[in-house]
Amino acid sequence: MSMFDQYLARRYRTTVRPRPEEYKIKDNVAIVGIGATEFSRDSGRSECQLACEAIKAAADDAGLKIEEIDGLVKFAMDYTDEMHIVSSLGIPRLNYFGECGWGGGASCATILHAATAVAAGAAKYVVCYRGMNERSGRRYGRIPGVEQVMVSPNDHYGSIMPYGFATPPSWVAMFATRYMHEFGATSDQLASVCIVLRENACRNPKAMFYGKPLTLEDYRAARMIVEPLRLFDCCVDTDGAVAIIVTSTERAKNLKQRPAILLGATQGIATQGEMMTSVYRPRISGIPESWYAGQELWRVSGITPKDVDVVQFYDAFSPLIPMQLEEYGFCGVGEGAAFCEGGDRIRAGGEVPCNTSGGHLSEAYIHGMNLIAEAVRQIRGTSTSQVKDAELSLVTGGLGVPTSALLLRR
Amino acid sequence: MVMEYNPAIPLLRPHIDLDNQGFWEAVKQHKLIFQKCKDCGLLVHRPRPMCPRCNSTEKEWAPSSGKGTIYSWVNFVYANAAYPGIKVPYLVVVVEMEEGVRMLSNMYDSKKEDIHIGMPVEVVFDDIADDLTLPKFKRREAETKVIR
Ligand SMILES: [Zn+2]
Repeated sequence: MSMFDQYLARRYRTTVRPRPEEYKIKDNVAIVGIGATEFSRDSGRSECQLACEAIKAAADDAGLKIEEIDGLVKFAMDYTDEMHIVSSLGIPRLNYFGECGWGGGASCATILHAATAVAAGAAKYVVCYRGMNERSGRRYGRIPGVEQVMVSPNDHYGSIMPYGFATPPSWVAMFATRYMHEFGATSDQLASVCIVLRENACRNPKAMFYGKPLTLEDYRAARMIVEPLRLFDCCVDTDGAVAIIVTSTERAKNLKQRPAILLGATQGIATQGEMMTSVYRPRISGIPESWYAGQELWRVSGITPKDVDVVQFYDAFSPLIPMQLEEYGFCGVGEGAAFCEGGDRIRAGGEVPCNTSGGHLSEAYIHGMNLIAEAVRQIRGTSTSQVKDAELSLVTGGLGVPTSALLLRR
Repeated sequence: MVMEYNPAIPLLRPHIDLDNQGFWEAVKQHKLIFQKCKDCGLLVHRPRPMCPRCNSTEKEWAPSSGKGTIYSWVNFVYANAAYPGIKVPYLVVVVEMEEGVRMLSNMYDSKKEDIHIGMPVEVVFDDIADDLTLPKFKRREAETKVIR
């Protein structure tokens, strides 16, 4: 450990955080509605329409009228603004609205921001949403403005684009190469992650890969995307939308569904980060913002990883699951890939059942919001890969960027 | 095999600002330098407006030996997941420099089979356009072999 690392570690340890008793979200806020469109390769509809359909479905699911919605939290990356949503759905007025940044890192953060408003009494029923024509329309991994602009839009892009370090799979591949080198992780161990998630998708009729099982041979035979990542290590580009409704646990008693009560929601930025390319850090075989969001989550909730029944890890790429198993404390540093080997420990009946709807790799890629919906279904007991008597359900946000996490209970 | 560019596609230039312009001006003159804190001596790359250790804004530029080792790498093999202005395959590497900072760059003329983590490399300057020079890396003989 360099002197600078020691200094940063010391600075972290001496950071004084508010006492857990001061955290007003725990037990007082709940998710009461989830809604989604179908997941497809070509929705044929605008992103605003997808978002409105998902929000209407979430309101119906909760037993709420559209008029009762008074708050909205969007992704900064979502192209549909809140005024367009309000006008299209006929919401009379909003008292609370805002947006969360950093792509999929916003997923659980939208719930935190909604929960903060609810716990503070600033809003009653807050909708969090994400609608995207990611497959048919504007897809990620495209170079921003490449046709028109010769100069990168900011210093971050300017530090990576001239070298062709241009796409999300390559950014995660850079972490993965180092991770595999340091810990002896193998591509067959990553294959186990992909295969288990595909099994889950094959039980979920709404999943993009429903009815399409994946074998180890299929995995190995698929083309390299950015070495060392192959096709099935990458998430499935999707058109669709998901909406989540947050209110107080008290108000939830009068609504239709069993509430998924928040034990905690947290965000994390760790120092020396770069957007998906934090290669200047002392160690790149881990994801420190995930560790930080997790530490905060365990601290405010008073829960430990061993108590958690089921997890939806943000899985834009397969290596992120073993890395998060480590960062959230389900196994030791460097043990994540071995933990996933063969898949038994992450299957629905295993120690840490993961991504039970099929996740981003095999259900759909709605920037983490479909993972939150699945975490809620596990609490309700309605997942197609239901973990028996699940009481504590963890979901994590996009990582390698400023991230977020959410812990739900019955 | 030297990295090849597709002239039909513009390459995104570095975004040069007050914090990093010294670095890019030096690269244009085929020199590699890193930001150094005048007060505590910390080397920082990419350049930042303030020293993250002592919060000083007094900075200078320290010359680099240009030598380092490969810390991590990726191999762009599938054109749809690569930068369209560069022909696949090409290698992006993170290099750990002797001075202790890391750099993101390319291998100038290597195939994936020729590189590994820990491999000694040294900087070369590739004038890929009249107005754009990039620091890239080539395999270098380890010190023990050089000093005979
Ligand atoms: Zn300093």
